Amino acid sequence: MKRVGVFICHCGTNIAASVDCAQVAENLKGYPNVVFSTDYKYMCSEPGQEMIKETIKREKLDRVVVASCSPRMHEPTFRRCIADAGLNPYLLEMANIREQCSWVHPHDMERATAKATDLVKMAVAKVSHDAPLAKSFSPVTKRALVVGGGIAGIQTAIDIANNGYQVDILEKQPSIGGKMAQIDKTFPTLDCSACILTPKMVEASSHPNINLITYAELEKVEGYVGNFDVTIRRKARSVDLNKCTGCGTCWGKCPTKVDSEFELGMTKRKAIFTPFPQAIPNKPVIDREHCLKFKTGKCGLCQKICPTGAIDYTQEDELVTTRYGAIVMATGYELFDHSVYGEYGYGKYPDVITGLHFERLINASGPTMGKIKRPSDHTEPKNVVFIKCVGSRDETKGKAYCSRTCCMYTAKQATLVREKIKDSNVYVFYMDVRTPGKGYEEFYNRTTETYGAHYIRGRVSKITQDGDKLRVRGEDTLLGRPVEIEADMVVLATAMVANADAAKIAQLVGFSYDKDDFYTESHPKLAPVETHTAGVFLAGACQGPKDIPDSVAQAGAAAVKVCALLSKDMLETEPITSEVDTKTCAGCGHCVDVCPYHAISLTTIEERLLGQTITRSVANVNTSLCQGCGACTVTCRSSSINLRHFTNEQILAEVDALCQTIQNK
Amino acid sequence: MSDHTEQIKTAENGFEPKILVFACNWCTYAGADLAGLSRLEYPPNVRVLRVPCSCRVNPQFVIRAFQRGIDGVLVAGCHPGDCHYTTGNYYTRRRFLLTKRLLDFVGIDSERFHVRWISGAEGPKFQEVVTDITAAIKAIGPNQKLCDYFPTETLLPNEGGDNQ
Amino acid sequence: MKYAYYPGCSLDSTGIEFNLSTKAVCKALNVELWEIPDWNCCGSSSAHVTNPYLALGLPARNMAIAEEAGLDVAIPCAACYARSKNVELAVKESDDTRRKVAMMIGREYKGESKARALVDVFYHDLGTEMIKQKVQKPLKGLKVLTYYGCLFVRPTKTAFDDAENPISMDEIMTALGAEVMSWSSKTECCGASLSACKSTVGFPMIEKILDDAQKSGADCIVTACPMCMANLDMRQEQIGKKKGVHYGLPVYYITELLGIALNLPPKSLGIDRHFVPAIDLLNKIEPTTGGGGQ
Repeated sequence: MKRVGVFICHCGTNIAASVDCAQVAENLKGYPNVVFSTDYKYMCSEPGQEMIKETIKREKLDRVVVASCSPRMHEPTFRRCIADAGLNPYLLEMANIREQCSWVHPHDMERATAKATDLVKMAVAKVSHDAPLAKSFSPVTKRALVVGGGIAGIQTAIDIANNGYQVDILEKQPSIGGKMAQIDKTFPTLDCSACILTPKMVEASSHPNINLITYAELEKVEGYVGNFDVTIRRKARSVDLNKCTGCGTCWGKCPTKVDSEFELGMTKRKAIFTPFPQAIPNKPVIDREHCLKFKTGKCGLCQKICPTGAIDYTQEDELVTTRYGAIVMATGYELFDHSVYGEYGYGKYPDVITGLHFERLINASGPTMGKIKRPSDHTEPKNVVFIKCVGSRDETKGKAYCSRTCCMYTAKQATLVREKIKDSNVYVFYMDVRTPGKGYEEFYNRTTETYGAHYIRGRVSKITQDGDKLRVRGEDTLLGRPVEIEADMVVLATAMVANADAAKIAQLVGFSYDKDDFYTESHPKLAPVETHTAGVFLAGACQGPKDIPDSVAQAGAAAVKVCALLSKDMLETEPITSEVDTKTCAGCGHCVDVCPYHAISLTTIEERLLGQTITRSVANVNTSLCQGCGACTVTCRSSSINLRHFTNEQILAEVDALCQTIQNK
Repeated sequence: MSDHTEQIKTAENGFEPKILVFACNWCTYAGADLAGLSRLEYPPNVRVLRVPCSCRVNPQFVIRAFQRGIDGVLVAGCHPGDCHYTTGNYYTRRRFLLTKRLLDFVGIDSERFHVRWISGAEGPKFQEVVTDITAAIKAIGPNQKLCDYFPTETLLPNEGGDNQ
Repeated sequence: MKYAYYPGCSLDSTGIEFNLSTKAVCKALNVELWEIPDWNCCGSSSAHVTNPYLALGLPARNMAIAEEAGLDVAIPCAACYARSKNVELAVKESDDTRRKVAMMIGREYKGESKARALVDVFYHDLGTEMIKQKVQKPLKGLKVLTYYGCLFVRPTKTAFDDAENPISMDEIMTALGAEVMSWSSKTECCGASLSACKSTVGFPMIEKILDDAQKSGADCIVTACPMCMANLDMRQEQIGKKKGVHYGLPVYYITELLGIALNLPPKSLGIDRHFVPAIDLLNKIEPTTGGGGQ
C-alpha cells in the first residue's frame, strides 16, 4: 500500500472562486492509496510548504500530490519541498487545477469541482506508480571546437580562450579570415576591414589557448554534450607546416596560374599559394587539381627550390579524432547566385558585378590596387547603378527573407564611388531602405545628402548591353514613371544565403536548420545562440544574415554559453530517460532508428539458457544522450522499452482513473 | 448496465461527454496554460494528461481509453517542424493516421478521435479546438462500445503495475 | 502529325500572310492542320479587362471543340496562344473554374487538349534537325533579328521558352541557314494597340526597337506575333519619316522565311502584302541545288 498525501491549494481565490477546494479534498478521502487529504489557502507559501513537510513526517507519506497551478510554474518548488522532508523529488505529481480548470471554467463551480477531482485522481493514480529517480552526472571535456574561421569564429575562439579554456578553430580554407578579409571598408564608420580583422587573426594564431586547424573539414561527430568525439579530415596540404617558413619562394617560381578564388577570378594565383598576403597561417598549400606535378608528374620546381625542404608531394589526408566539451558553429554564408536573373543578364555581362566583386575592386590590395575599374575594359566607370534585393525579398526567383546587410553595404559602396570618382553619378534602385543599427540611418542620409547618390524607389526590369554601355531600365514608383539609365557598371546587392553544404553539416553534427538551410536557434528570442542539441551553439551568419557587429556580438554570447558549460566539472542529466527491459527485448533495432538523439544502440549480452551460454542483441540506452521524448516506447513491439516517470503503467493508470468516474456516475 | 441507461438518460437531457486530451509538455500543455492565463473559457469536459511529447502517446492508450468508456480523445502536440524533440510529432502524425482507420475497423466512430497541432503561443487555438471537439462529440453521443467488459477492480492503482 | 488549328481574327484580317504561310509551310512539312469549325475570337487583351470569365470562356470554346476531336491545338498568333494556354491551365488548376467555364460555353473543356504555339510545335515536335533536312534554299547570308515581343514567352507560367532569353526562333532560323544577330530588344514590348489609341506612348516604343534593330546591322526582323508585325511593319515608314530616317527593315513572320527556305514561291506565302517591301531582300538569296533537301 502506498501512502499518498493530497494537498489542494486555493491559490487565494484564483482556484477557490470557481472550484470547491474543500469538496475536492473531501472527495479524495478514501480514494485508493490516499491516506491524507487537505486544502489550504496558499500551498506554495512558506507555511504551506511547512505543512506539507510536517504532514509527510507525521503521516509517513511516501508520495505527494499537490493540486494547484501548472507544474510548469511550481513543480521545482514542490520537488524541493518534499526533498527537504526526505522524499525523492520525483515522488511528486501535480494536478493543474488553476490554468486548466478554475481559470477556464469560472461560471460552473459544480462541473469545475468535478473536473478538479478527476485531475487529482489522475495525479494520485500516476504518483502511485512513481519510482524514485536520481539525476546522474557525466564529466565535461574542457576543450571547445569552433567550426569556421571567419570573424564570428575568431571572436568566439578568442573569448573562450581568454576565459582559460582550450579552443580549436576548424577552417576549411587554407587561411582563417573568412569573408571579412575580402571586404574593403566597413559601415558605418568606414574603417578598413583588414585593419581591424588582421590583429584578431594574429591574436587567434598566437593565443596559447587557441589551436588553428586550417584546410580541414568535419568528417564525423559522435558523443554528446560535454563529450563530443569529433573526427576532422586534415586535407593534404603538400607542405610541411613545421618546416615551412612562409618565405614565398615557391609561389614566386610556380609556373601554373589559376583564377584566384579570393579575388573572385579577377586575378590569377599560383598552383602553390596562400589565398591572400595576410593569410594565417601564412604558409601555402598545393592545389592538386591544377599543379603540374600532380597532373603530369613533371615540374616539381617548388620542391627543388624550397630552402627548408618543406614541400611533400606524398602527404595524404589525415583523420584526427579529438574530444570536445562544446561545439560552436560559425560557418558563415555564401552569396546568392544571381545567374537566375535573366533580366540582369544571367551573370553574363562582364560589367554587372556583385557587391563582393566591388569590395575587391575598391580594395587597395585588390586586383586594381583600389582603383575602380570596369572588369570588361578596365576603364573608370562614370555612371554606376546599384540594384538592391537581388535574391532577397523575392519568392519567385530567390529567397523570401530580407538579407539585412545589403542596404548598408550598398550605401557604403555608393559613398565610396562618389568619393573616389568625383565626376561620377551613382543610382541606387531599392525597394525599401532598412537601416536599423547604431549610426546606420545617419550614414544612409550622408550617402544621399553629402555624397549625392540618387536613390530610386523601384525594381529594375531589364539590363541590356548596348555597345560598351549597359542600359538599365526600371521604374521609379514614387514618380510612377519608367526610368532608363545608361550605366558603365552595375553592382548587384546579392543576398546572403546559407552555404551549399550547410544542411549536410547540420545533419553531420546533429542539429536542425530552417527551410533556407540557416541553422535554427533553440528559441528565437530567449535562446538565440543555442541549438536544440545540447552543447552545440551558433555564431554569425550561419544562423541568418548578419553584419559584422551582430556577428561579433553573437560570437561573444556563444562564447559565454560555452564557458558556462566548460566551467562545470560534471554535467547533471535529467533522469527522465528510457530504459530497456533486456528480458523481453528482441533486439529488432526499431527504437534505434526512431531516436532523434542517436541515444539507443544495440549491444550484445550473454546469458544462460537451458544450461548453455548464449549471446544476443538487445537495445541499450545512453542516458546522457536520451532527452526523454518517448518515441522509442511506442515503436517497441514488445513494450520492452519504457520511459521513466512517464511509464506505460503510469499513463494507463491515469486513463483508468479518469474513466472510472464515468463508470461510477 | 444500469450505468448505461443512466448515461443515455443524461444524453437525452443534455449529454456531457468526457474527453481526454494527451498534451505534449512543450507546446500544447503550454498552450492550454496560456488559455488559462488569458482566461479563455471552454467547456469543462476535457481533462489534460501531460506527456513529454505527442510521440509518447501509444495508440494503445487511446484504445484503452475508449475501452474504458471515454467519449472522445484528442492527441495534441507541436506543429510539424516545431517539435521540441525535432521529429517526434512526425511519428505522431503517421501513427495516428493509421489509428483512425483502426478505430473505424474495430467499430469506434473515428470522429471521436482527433489529432491537432497547438503551439505554446496558441491559447486561443486550444480554446477553439476543445470547444469544437466537445460540440462534435456531444452530437455523436455517449461511447457505449466495448466498455461493458470493464472489471472495476483493475481500476484501482495497484501496487506493482500491470507489466511488472 | 495532326493538330487542330484556327487562324484567329488577326490572321483572318491584318495578318493574312501569316495564315497563308502557316498553311503552306505546314503542308510542306507534313503537319496536318484541322481548322476548328466555327472558331471564335480568343478575346485578346480586351476580354480580360472586361470580365475575367469572358476571357476564359472565349478561348475555352475553341479548345473544347478541339478536345472533342481529340487534338491538341497549334496556334500561330501569340495572343491566341497566350489566352488559350491560360484557360488550359486554369481549368486544370481548379474544378470550380472548369465548371463555370462549362456553364458559360455549354460544353465541357477539361484541359486535355493542349494549347501549343506553332513555333513550339516546329521547335519541339518537328525539331531543328528535321527542319534542316527539309531546307531546299538555305537563307545564306541573311542577317536576321529574332523578335519575340513581350507576350510570346510571357508570363513564365504559360511560356514554352525562356522568358528573358528565348532561343526557339533563333535555332529554327539557324537551321534555315540564316545568320541570327544578337540584340537587346528581343523580348521588348512593341506597345501593342497603344500605337493606335495612344500614339505618344506607343510610337516611341516602336522607335526604340527599330533603332536597336538598325544598330545591330541586321537585314530584317522575324517575328511570330501579328501585333508586333503590324507595329514594326505598318508604322515603320511613318516613324522613320518623323525623324528623317529610312529604316528599310523588312519584317517577316517566321513561317514566311520557313516557306522561302522550303523553296515555296514568295507570293504564295503572302510576302507581297507587306508595307515595307519584303520580296527584294529574299530575291538576293541564291538558290543552291542539293542543299541537303530532298
